[in-house]
Amino acid sequence: MPRKPLLEFNDCGIYCSAGEFYIDPWKPVDKALITHAHSDHARPGSKKYLAHNLSEEILKYRLGDIDLETISYNEPVTINGVKISFHPAGHIIGSSQIRVEYKGEIWVVSGDYKLEDDGVCAPFEPVKCHSFISECTFGMPVYKWKPQKEIHDGINSWWKQNLEEGKATVIVGYSLGKAQRILQHLDHSLGKVYAHGVIQNTQEALLRNGLNLHATYRITPETNKEEIRKGIVLAPPSSVGTPWMRKFQPYGFGYCSGWMALRGAKRRMAADRGFVLSDHADWDGLVQAIEATECETVYLTHGYTASFSRYLSEIGYDAREAKTLYGGDEATEADEAPVEIVDEEGDVIKDKEAVAESGGGEL
Amino acid sequence: MRAFAKLFADLDETNKTNEKVRILKDYFTAVSDSDKIQTLALFTGRKPKRQINSTFVRNWAMEMTGIPQWLFEESYHVVGDLGETISLLLPQNTSTQDKSLSEWIDEINELGDLNEEQRKKWLTEAWSVMDQQERFVFNKVLTGSFRVGVSQNLIIKALAEISGLDSATLTHRIMGNWDPQSFNYPQLMQEQDASDDISRPYPFYLAYAIQETSDKAKSAEEMEEALGDPANWQAEWKWDGIRAEAIHRDGKNFVWTRGEDLATDKFPELHDFLDELPDGTVLDGEAICFSGNCPLPFNVLQTRIGRKNLTKKILADSPMAFIAYDCLEYNGEDIRYKPLHERRKILEQLQQSSSHQEVFRLSPVVNFKTWQELYDLRLTARENVAEGFMLKRKDSSYQTGRKRGDWWKWKVDPLSVDAVMIYAQKGHGRRADMYTDYTFAVWDADKLVPFAKAYSGLTDKEIAQVDNFIKRNTIEKFGPVRTVKPQLVFEIGFEGINQSNRHKSGVALRFPRILRWRHDKKIEEADTIESLKELL
Repeated sequence: MPRKPLLEFNDCGIYCSAGEFYIDPWKPVDKALITHAHSDHARPGSKKYLAHNLSEEILKYRLGDIDLETISYNEPVTINGVKISFHPAGHIIGSSQIRVEYKGEIWVVSGDYKLEDDGVCAPFEPVKCHSFISECTFGMPVYKWKPQKEIHDGINSWWKQNLEEGKATVIVGYSLGKAQRILQHLDHSLGKVYAHGVIQNTQEALLRNGLNLHATYRITPETNKEEIRKGIVLAPPSSVGTPWMRKFQPYGFGYCSGWMALRGAKRRMAADRGFVLSDHADWDGLVQAIEATECETVYLTHGYTASFSRYLSEIGYDAREAKTLYGGDEATEADEAPVEIVDEEGDVIKDKEAVAESGGGEL
Repeated sequence: MRAFAKLFADLDETNKTNEKVRILKDYFTAVSDSDKIQTLALFTGRKPKRQINSTFVRNWAMEMTGIPQWLFEESYHVVGDLGETISLLLPQNTSTQDKSLSEWIDEINELGDLNEEQRKKWLTEAWSVMDQQERFVFNKVLTGSFRVGVSQNLIIKALAEISGLDSATLTHRIMGNWDPQSFNYPQLMQEQDASDDISRPYPFYLAYAIQETSDKAKSAEEMEEALGDPANWQAEWKWDGIRAEAIHRDGKNFVWTRGEDLATDKFPELHDFLDELPDGTVLDGEAICFSGNCPLPFNVLQTRIGRKNLTKKILADSPMAFIAYDCLEYNGEDIRYKPLHERRKILEQLQQSSSHQEVFRLSPVVNFKTWQELYDLRLTARENVAEGFMLKRKDSSYQTGRKRGDWWKWKVDPLSVDAVMIYAQKGHGRRADMYTDYTFAVWDADKLVPFAKAYSGLTDKEIAQVDNFIKRNTIEKFGPVRTVKPQLVFEIGFEGINQSNRHKSGVALRFPRILRWRHDKKIEEADTIESLKELL
């Protein structure tokens, strides 16, 4: 009888039967290893969690009072005889690839990742393995990112232009990951950075975790509109088109996402400016990352899994599609989707991320 | 090309009308006159002749990208636009170019003299000196699929502000048969009209629906409130043909359709009556098929529009007439400024002296004293093979473009059925990579038969929800089409229904669209094919 694979996909998530643990489960389980704190990967209800130590505060903020152990990168531990270790995935702060080794067989679960060093989180490190479970959110060759400096320069010069025209600047990006990346690369000599409640809460959680980030100021009903116009507003996708955003009139609104690479998506978003800034690997990045693992088998979890697995098969990999609830199918905006419910003043009524809605839907 | 590519990108990045006009003005002020006229030509649908078959463009691009054909095709499905797909897939450019838009267009126009190998060389070299945005715009120009999200009105507005000429004059000047090789910017901008184009039509005066964007027609009381005294209004049936402008000048005839296509040869039946008109006559009306005294439904006309050769059979099956409702030029004089009742008098005289009155028809004025009377009559529109009424203020001048105030459409409510979504396909352009094109079915006993496709009618938010549903409830994939679990019910509106042998359901709908998502209905409650056929 052939041996059971080291990792398998079942109704609850990615399961290791030898070690009796799950990685990024979408249903409550006994032991969950979490690659990163985005809501489609870190869901509530499990008994025990293990995550990278930089995910600690943000997980507590999002999932409440959970039984959480943390771990550093490249620090192997053994669970029921299975050796596991976390390695930087370069996606967001604390994001990890999880390496699983048992009886000489090595698997790596990528979580979400990007190859370019964003200067905020630990840069991606390739990990050699036999089987690689990879995301492929942008697994189509039309997605090719420009060097990030160009994008950050674009954001700064747009901000500057808005300042000259006396308009407020609202820059939109997902509250965990994108917001910090934008923040760290703003030209802070131009003005203060104001944050939507959700982003400020995320920021505070990260600061509690000892991260060193540029200062942001929470927007409250008392915040002076004139002052806001002299600075820049960091806002989450859920605030687009809400009364909260409209009260910054006149303002320019820029949207940061990999999806902005396509004209159709950009026009759909109807942002004044679409900045192609992604925390996922582009086509070349995915191919390069997979090559670097020297793996034989690739499982593709979310994104353009059908096309990308066919391509990988044609270039000699044993590539398979896996059905998961990460990010959803194809171009859904996984970790970039609006998930917070915010009242008119921008205060979070309910952090819907905490109920792990984003990948939801029917099984 | 760089300035033009930037113009395109800048226009894409704003939804604000004033901002678009500013961007256009900045562009027009900065570029040469020849770039100005080329831009105007492109933005008003005057594309250069396609010199390279798009299959070649596709194949050469594929060769340059080095990806397999299927992946190229898949990429195209994701992007939804061939020119953009190519621009994204090609390797990054290593050098740059600074040829102007008109220089590139000149090169494109000279491609006719080159052989295939030379064309390929020219194209691959062109691609390798352009950045992504330049390539995208260039591909659009090259493949003749140039469309831009800017209305002609905005371009006219920008040019009017630069030149000081008024918008109506400019709109008229850019109508008709000019091309940027023979018409230049100073000519366009002269104080006195310099055109000697006798085919040139006037811009159509277009009406808004009186109920604006609402699904439901206005009641008699609401009409009274909106339009006031019925005595000031002329009502005509709204005919379901092709809006057309018929011109007789210097002994020659021209028929322009509303889409600014010169369609004189498509309507040979109209030539005799046009020949008889005094020189310098321009009529506005409806080209429509007629049998005896009765207009025929639009699908009869549809069968002959697309034909290159009008065979005897086609001419016999779908005889054309022209229902005239306005006169814009009389004895060579532009009379659009005159009030409608005076223009109508001239039109009636012209018609009465015609010896082809079975082809040259008048759109009859429908008499009514109260809005209630007209409201009741409107309900008989379908029996009269009309779409409702046109309401025109009796003292209105003939204006330029779509304007509120003096002319209104008062259409009948659409017919509707409740139907189940069963197939979905990704859209294009703004809707690329989202499932936005749906096929709907009604019950035939215990089977769902597809009967209509519809693309529009949902809000962006609803589209996102339906898209999500489709991705999670796909039963099968056939290329770009997905079979979806039958679960969602929509109310589908349409203007008319005809028998059709080409469709499985046996019916063809006119203008099907989604009226609303019926969250409250289960699929069992959708309509049946019998109830649909009762509407025939």
